[in-house]
Amino acid sequence: MVNLIKEKFSKGTSIIHALDPRVKIIVILLFSVIVAVTDKTISLIAALLFSIMIVMIAKLKAKEILSRLLVVNSFIFLLWIMLPFTFGGEKIYTLGSMGISQEGIKYAFLISIKSNSIVLAGIALLSTTSVYNIIHALHHLYLPDKLTQLFFFTYRYLHTIYSEYVSLNNALKIRGFKPGTNFHTYKTYAYLVGMLLVRSYDRSNRVYDAMLCRGFKGKFWTLNHFNFKKTDFVAGTMMITCVLGLVLLP
Amino acid sequence: MTEKVNLIKINKLSFAYPSRQPIFNKMNFNFSKGQRIGLVGPNGSGKTTLFHLIMGLLSPLEGKIEIFRKERKEERDFAEVRERIGLVFQDPDDQLFSPTVAEDISFGPLNLGKNHQETKEILKETLETLGLIGFENRITHNLSYGEKRLVSLATVWAMQPEVLLLDEPIVWLDEKTIEKVEQILKSNQNLSYIIISHDKKFLKNTTDSIYLMDNGEIIKI
Repeated sequence: MVNLIKEKFSKGTSIIHALDPRVKIIVILLFSVIVAVTDKTISLIAALLFSIMIVMIAKLKAKEILSRLLVVNSFIFLLWIMLPFTFGGEKIYTLGSMGISQEGIKYAFLISIKSNSIVLAGIALLSTTSVYNIIHALHHLYLPDKLTQLFFFTYRYLHTIYSEYVSLNNALKIRGFKPGTNFHTYKTYAYLVGMLLVRSYDRSNRVYDAMLCRGFKGKFWTLNHFNFKKTDFVAGTMMITCVLGLVLLP
Repeated sequence: MTEKVNLIKINKLSFAYPSRQPIFNKMNFNFSKGQRIGLVGPNGSGKTTLFHLIMGLLSPLEGKIEIFRKERKEERDFAEVRERIGLVFQDPDDQLFSPTVAEDISFGPLNLGKNHQETKEILKETLETLGLIGFENRITHNLSYGEKRLVSLATVWAMQPEVLLLDEPIVWLDEKTIEKVEQILKSNQNLSYIIISHDKKFLKNTTDSIYLMDNGEIIKI
């Protein structure tokens, strides 16, 4: 079985893993919004510490976390190249015809802290939940049915489409196909993508038919419900208080 | 002898897919309660199409479809048909879409308006009958092909249909799993069913009579 998304962090025994996904979603939502709009350096540093703390409580592997952060920071690296030279304001150093602006450096610094803390908190709170549980939780948080269903089916059939892609790709390989920079390759890949689209479209029709045959009338009934436990309440309140506290820092 | 209760009655039905040769031309077909029939015929002769017409997934060009003694025309008419007739698709990946086996099996009963308690009971019974105990929390897309076929049968079985329509239920299954399917089908004496299959031995073991579909007609053989 080919697996496209591994959900590496979703299995674990930490208190963060056991938390009700609804609480996690609310906390990360609140945290992201607050961190995104705050410009106070002290609040942002506190936010970074907060997210590092949650990552540690969740007992996630540092190596995996760093490799994920690397992806985010490679984008931020571009900002560090651009912002100090283009921001304007007071120059602290001149390099030929270009000046390095102090404001620019400060801005790049704030953006780095903001994105890293949001990504870290996201990893700690969301990746520790399986995708299906997140979808389930969103449903319980009254996200419109159409959106949750869209999310759900995209995720479910991504795997199927991916394994279809793998089998088509194997079919190419066993007939001696070697990709290169030529028209034959472009044409073959265009056919492959086209075939995937057609197959997915047909499959979506068949899935819908199968659902109709089982009495689907537009509404999903869920079998399992989350239990909102005492620990969820305590942990949720604590985290929300911390997040709100970020704003109140002097 | 008791009078036969007619479940499906198809009268002078014609059907063609857009810009292709007609599949059925004024075709007739009757299916009564208690019948267990096998349907054979060349590829592309319209076996699956017939199932989809019965379930209202396709609409005929002309002719009459009477199911449970009521003419079925509109989408609404078929809602009741789908609650009482179960169709198991050829490809289990079309049928299984819920994350876990338990949730997929519950999908039908919950749609039928059963409450949680009833659904959980149906779930347990179904898993027992189909020998799937222990599969409750397995992720559907990680199951093996044979397991997927059994679970997709279970999802329809859980709706406790009066009639089962099975579209190639045993292709690519090993002997042991085929035997299992045979036993499952024999376990409910009140069930009527139509099986599309190319496997003569399987049809001999599970059905009372075999019908051939060819050139848009269905003849008993």
